[in-house]
Amino acid sequence: MAANNQPESGGEQMSQQTLLRVIAKMTIPFILTFGCYVILHGELGPGGGFQGGVIVAAAFILYGLVFGADELRRRIPTSIIDACMALGALLYAGVGLACVLRGGTFLDYGMLKPDHAGDGEALGMSLVEYGVGLTVASVMVTIYLMISERRATLRKGEVS
Amino acid sequence: MDIELPESIRAHLPVLVVLLPLFGGLLAMFTGLVQRGGGVIAWAWSVLTTALMLICAAAMLQQVHASPEPLVYRLGSWPEAYGIGYSVDALNAYVILVVSIIAFLTTVYAKDSVMAEIANDRHHLFYSVWLLAIAGLIGITVTGDTFNIYVLLEISSLTVYTLVALGGDRDRRALVASLKYLILGSIGATFILLGIGYLLMLTGTLNMTDMHDQLVRMREAGDLVNNRTVFVSFAFLMVGLSLKMALFPLHLWLPNAYTYAPSAVSALVAATATKVGVYMTFRFVFTIYGGVYDTSADLQLLALCACLGIVVSSLSAIRQMNVKKVLAYSSVGQIAYIVLGFSLANHAGVTASVIHIFNHAIIKGGMFMAVGAVALRTGGTKIEDFKGIGRQMPVTMAAFTVGGCGLIGVPLTSGFISKWYLVQAAMQEGYWGVAGVVLLGGVLAIIYVWRLVEIIWFGTPDDPSKRVKEAPLSMLIPMWILIGASLYFGVDATWTADSAQAAASLLLNGGHG
Amino acid sequence: MESFGYFNYWLAIVIIMIGFYGVIARRNLLKQAISLGLFQTGVFLFYVTMGVYRSPDGTSGVAPIWTDAAKTGPFDNPLPHVLMLTAIVVSVSTLAVAVAIIVSIQRKYGTIEEDEILEADKRDS
Repeated sequence: MAANNQPESGGEQMSQQTLLRVIAKMTIPFILTFGCYVILHGELGPGGGFQGGVIVAAAFILYGLVFGADELRRRIPTSIIDACMALGALLYAGVGLACVLRGGTFLDYGMLKPDHAGDGEALGMSLVEYGVGLTVASVMVTIYLMISERRATLRKGEVS
Repeated sequence: MDIELPESIRAHLPVLVVLLPLFGGLLAMFTGLVQRGGGVIAWAWSVLTTALMLICAAAMLQQVHASPEPLVYRLGSWPEAYGIGYSVDALNAYVILVVSIIAFLTTVYAKDSVMAEIANDRHHLFYSVWLLAIAGLIGITVTGDTFNIYVLLEISSLTVYTLVALGGDRDRRALVASLKYLILGSIGATFILLGIGYLLMLTGTLNMTDMHDQLVRMREAGDLVNNRTVFVSFAFLMVGLSLKMALFPLHLWLPNAYTYAPSAVSALVAATATKVGVYMTFRFVFTIYGGVYDTSADLQLLALCACLGIVVSSLSAIRQMNVKKVLAYSSVGQIAYIVLGFSLANHAGVTASVIHIFNHAIIKGGMFMAVGAVALRTGGTKIEDFKGIGRQMPVTMAAFTVGGCGLIGVPLTSGFISKWYLVQAAMQEGYWGVAGVVLLGGVLAIIYVWRLVEIIWFGTPDDPSKRVKEAPLSMLIPMWILIGASLYFGVDATWTADSAQAAASLLLNGGHG
Repeated sequence: MESFGYFNYWLAIVIIMIGFYGVIARRNLLKQAISLGLFQTGVFLFYVTMGVYRSPDGTSGVAPIWTDAAKTGPFDNPLPHVLMLTAIVVSVSTLAVAVAIIVSIQRKYGTIEEDEILEADKRDS
C-alpha cells in the first residue's frame, strides 16, 4: 500500500530480524494458552473474560507488531473479527435469553439447570466469561488494526 | 388500539424493549459477512427489530396504565437491593414509547441517507452501532438502578459519538465535533458517577426507590440537617445532567455534533438523546430527592439558565449559515423550555415539560429528516443549498415549514400546546418575567424560522438550471408521519396531555407510583 | 486531625482536579484524552476508598457475610469495587473511541493540535 511514502517504524524492518521472529513464534502459543487459562479460570478465581481476552489479544498484537499489521490482517480477515466481536456479546446475551426461555428472568443462571441451581450458575457464569473473553480479544485486535491502518486518506494539499 | 400479547411475553416486556435492539445490533454485525447487499439486509433487519420494539413499548404503556403499581422486573431474580431492578411507571413507559417511535421512524428513513453518506463497507457497522445506541437510550429509561443508568448512559453516548464521527467521511469537522462531544460527554457522565457515589456512600444502596426511602428515613431521624454529602451529590448530579442534556451554558458540544453528523443520526439523536437526559433529571430531582432535600433554590438556578438559554440560543440560531446548525441551536432553546417547565416544580410546569419531550421529539425529528432529504438531493445543508428548493421539493419543504411553525408555537401545532402549559405554569407561580421569556423565545423563533422559509420558498437558486428530484418515499413517509403527528396532537392533545399529567402527578407525589 | 481522616478523599479529588485541568488546559487532543482518563481514575479511587469500613473507633467492623458478630475487623465492601470494574471497562472503551477519533483527525487534518485544527477549519469556510 502507501507504506513506502513515509518512514515506518513497525512492519517491514522488524520482520527482517530473525531473533524477533523466532522469539515471537515461540512465545505466542504460550501467551495464547495463558490467556485461555485466565478466561477458563475466571468464574472462580482472579481473572476472567476481560483480563484473559486482553492477554489473548496481546498474542495477536505481538504477531502484528513483528510480522506487520498487513500480514495479521491477511491471516484473520476483519470481517471475521467483526463477527467474533458480535458473537461474544451474543453468547452473553444468549445465556440471558436462555434463562428467560427456561422460565426465569433475564440472566437468572440458576434456571439453566433447575435441579442443580449451583451448577446452572457455574455454567451460566462460565459461558458469560467466554463470551466476554471473545469480545474483548477481538475488540482489542480491531483497535490495534484500526490504529495501525495505513490507509492513504489524506487528499492532496490537505496536510499543512 | 389494543395490543394483545401472550402472557409469557407480557411478563418480560421491560427487559424485551432493551433486549430487542441489543440482540438486533449484535446480529446486524453479521451482515458484514454477506459480500453484496449486506447494507440493505442490515437495514431491513433494523427496521424489523425497531418495529417489534415499538410494539412492545406500546403494549407496556397499556399495561402500566392498567395497573396501579409500577411494573418491576428483577434481572437474575436478585432482590432489588442487591441486583438490578427494572421499574416501569407512567413516566418511563411514556418516554420509552417516544424513543421507540422515533427510533422506528428514523430507521425506516435511514436507508437512502446512509447509502449516500456512509462508505459501503461500513453499513453493517453503522446499523449495529445504531441499534446499540437505541438499546442504550431505552435502557436508561427503563432501569431503576442508578449505577445501571451510568453504564447504559455510557453505552448510548459512546455509540452516539461513533455515529457522529461517521459523518467524517463527508466533512472532516464531524471528527472534531465528535471528539469534543466525547470529552464533554464523558466529563458529564463522570460527574454523574461521582454524584451517584456520594449517594451510595450516604444510603448504601443503588436502587432509586430504596435510595429515596433511606433518605426519607435519615431526614426523619434528623441526619440530613446541614448534611453536606447530600448537597454535594445533588450538585455533581445537576452539573453532569446539565452537560448531558445540553442546558445553556453547557451546550457547547451540541451544535457542531448535530450539524456534522450523518443526516439520519442527527434526526435520531436530536429527537431522543437529550430527551433521555431530561428523563434522568426527572428521576434524580423528583424520584430520589423529592421531599428529601429542599431543591427550590437549585431549581431556580436551573430556571435562570433555561431562560438565558432560550434567549441566547435563539439569537445564535438567527445568525447561522447552515440550516442544520439553525436547528441545532433551536434544539438548545427547546431543551431550555423543557428544563424551565420542570424547574417551576408545579403540576402545570412538569406537565408542560413532559408534553414537550414528546412534541419537540416529533417536530425536531421531522425537521432534521427534511433537511437530510435536501442533503441527499443537493449534497449540502448550507443556506445556499436551500435557495428556492421549495419549488423543487415541495412535499419535503412543506413538512419543514409545518415543523417550523411547531417550533414557533403557532396554534393548531403541538408546539402551541407545550407553550400554553408552560405559560400557564409560570403565571400560576406569578413569574411574569418567565412567561415573558417564553413569549420572547417564540418571537425569536419566528425570526429564524421565517428567514429559512423565505429562502426556501422565495429564494432564487444560485444555479437555476440545476434540477433536483423530490425525496424518495422511504424518507417522505416517516417525515410526514412525524409532522402529521405534530399537527394531530396540536388539535387533539388528549392523549399527550393525559399521559403527561399522569407522569407529572407521579413525579410530584414523591415520585412513586 | 479530622481533615486528615479524609485524606483518601482529598487524594481522589486532587487527582480528579489534575485530570480536569488537563482536559481544559491542554491543546493537544491526545493529552486531553489522557487527562480524561486520569479524571475518571480519580473517581474510581474515590469509590474504592469509599468501600473501606471502619467502626467509629477506627479499628473494626463486621463484614455482612459474617453472622458471627465476634468476627470483627476492618473489612472492605465489595460492591464499590465491582462497580469500578465496570466503570474501568467503560473508561477504557471511552479512551479507545477517543483514540480512534484522534487517529482519524490526524489522517484528515495532519495535526492533533486544537488551535491548528481550528485554523484549518477557518480556512475551509
